[in-house]
Amino acid sequence: MRRFQGSGLRVYAVLYLAFLYAPIALLPIFAFNNATVIAFPLQGFTTEWFGQMVQNAALRQALLNSLIIAVSASVLATCLGIFAARASTRFRFPGRGPIMGLIMLPLVLPEIIVAMSLLVVLLAAGLSLSILTVILGHTLICMPYAIAILSTAFSSLDRSLEEAAYDLGETKWSAFRLVILPLVMPGIISALLMSFTISLDEFIIAFFLAGNQPTLPTYIFSQLRFPKSIPMIMALGTVLVVMSIALVTLAEYFRRRGVARTGQTDSGGFL
Amino acid sequence: MAAGNSTEAGQGLRLIAPPLLYAILLLAVPLLTILAFSFFKDGYLTIVREFTVENYVATWTDPIFRTILLRSLWVAGLVTLFTVALSFPVAYFLSFVVASERKAMWIFLITIPFWTSYLIRVFLWKVILGYNGVINSGLKSVGLIEQPLQFLLYNTGSIVLTLSHSYAPFAILPIYVALEKIDRALLEAGRDLGESRLMTFWRVTLPLAMPGVVAAVLIVFIPTIGDYVTPTVIGGGKIPMVANMIQAQMLDIDNKPLGSAIAISSMAVVAALSMVFLWLNRRFLRVRA
Repeated sequence: MRRFQGSGLRVYAVLYLAFLYAPIALLPIFAFNNATVIAFPLQGFTTEWFGQMVQNAALRQALLNSLIIAVSASVLATCLGIFAARASTRFRFPGRGPIMGLIMLPLVLPEIIVAMSLLVVLLAAGLSLSILTVILGHTLICMPYAIAILSTAFSSLDRSLEEAAYDLGETKWSAFRLVILPLVMPGIISALLMSFTISLDEFIIAFFLAGNQPTLPTYIFSQLRFPKSIPMIMALGTVLVVMSIALVTLAEYFRRRGVARTGQTDSGGFL
Repeated sequence: MAAGNSTEAGQGLRLIAPPLLYAILLLAVPLLTILAFSFFKDGYLTIVREFTVENYVATWTDPIFRTILLRSLWVAGLVTLFTVALSFPVAYFLSFVVASERKAMWIFLITIPFWTSYLIRVFLWKVILGYNGVINSGLKSVGLIEQPLQFLLYNTGSIVLTLSHSYAPFAILPIYVALEKIDRALLEAGRDLGESRLMTFWRVTLPLAMPGVVAAVLIVFIPTIGDYVTPTVIGGGKIPMVANMIQAQMLDIDNKPLGSAIAISSMAVVAALSMVFLWLNRRFLRVRA
């Protein structure tokens, strides 16, 4: 009976996974399909769309912008996240709940609200829209994810390790650098990779704050109107999805290494 | 170092200062600014800093706003219902059936689609549901239909489908975490006291899982109501939701005070609904060990 119930649920869970993956599975199928429309039956194999993608100068510029933004935002978000994660896991201080609530708020706030309110303030402050303003926005929304990952890493630290370092004559900073930092390093790498992935894929904030400088997602959005460029977008989408999956897998690898290094049992997953 | 600064509270506050300052400058100040804007008057290309409530009057007497807000609530409500109801069995499966050493792998598999480009996932649904799309061409090529089905795209149903697909992991994870916290001995106790499996689920498992369900509902409902991409791409611009209306007022029409009032009004409605929902579920959310 128990077995039977489990297998019913398993079938359901597998179907659910299939539903989650079905749209993504179409990307490579049509990226290699030798036809200008995305429709069945398939017309044969081609790499023409990938060729178009590589030769597209506007796309290269968008990719470069996206990479600059993603690297800057992930480094900034992770650095700020280290402060917040260390403070919230190690110290009690007045206003801790509300302060962390404000910092984590972008996780639940609709992005349109973040984008519009930022836009109004940045324009009022006299900044012109560019990839710099996108970096500011992406840092804000990546920070909560970085903190979520880093908090797990910091909270698993044994405080006596740090105290032992003080007893052995290390200063606060050298103890942090020599003892804590190596232990949380997998968490930091994981946070960097996740922030990078989020920034690379983010559309709304880039759409409203980039001015006329395209990022990969805003470039894709601008091309959706032209049926002619859809096959190339399928190729680009394939590359992006493969990159995202590779980055997230790498991030998960480092997160698990961090969990193993501090000697916990794995409770699994981000969030 | 001064003695007062080396207290635990002092150290904590100094550490939290950089991220806090960042969040204040780029989140709190902008939110307060649109709150202030919503009470200002709109001059042509400028903002007149005089207090007025006319933006709110204009917002709430506008039948278009009411229609769009109701539509957004309806769509977000349906998406929440589908996502949470369909996710619960998956979370239950993860927590109660999957062997503990394979749980991390399952969670990883479920979260991966969430980390791939949101825009591309939305666009893929358009490709799937379109007039000459994957479903229509597929059905035609196997001879099931003669003419493409037209009801697939550009309607509320397709928006709900796309959003439900996007937010599925958001619903699974909080429910899974709540289920994981349940002491398995309680379930055995239920069975030992003569309850059937179904009754044990209804009277023990479900009430204990409710904090996760409540979190899942809020975490799906709040972002979906403000979604911009799906109504734009899947609705074809003909079925706007509040995000599209806010964007139009703020940028296309360039009436920032009215746009701000619409944004604040929508957020207030969402916050109020969330409060009512939390209050209705208060008996499940009491702290327990």
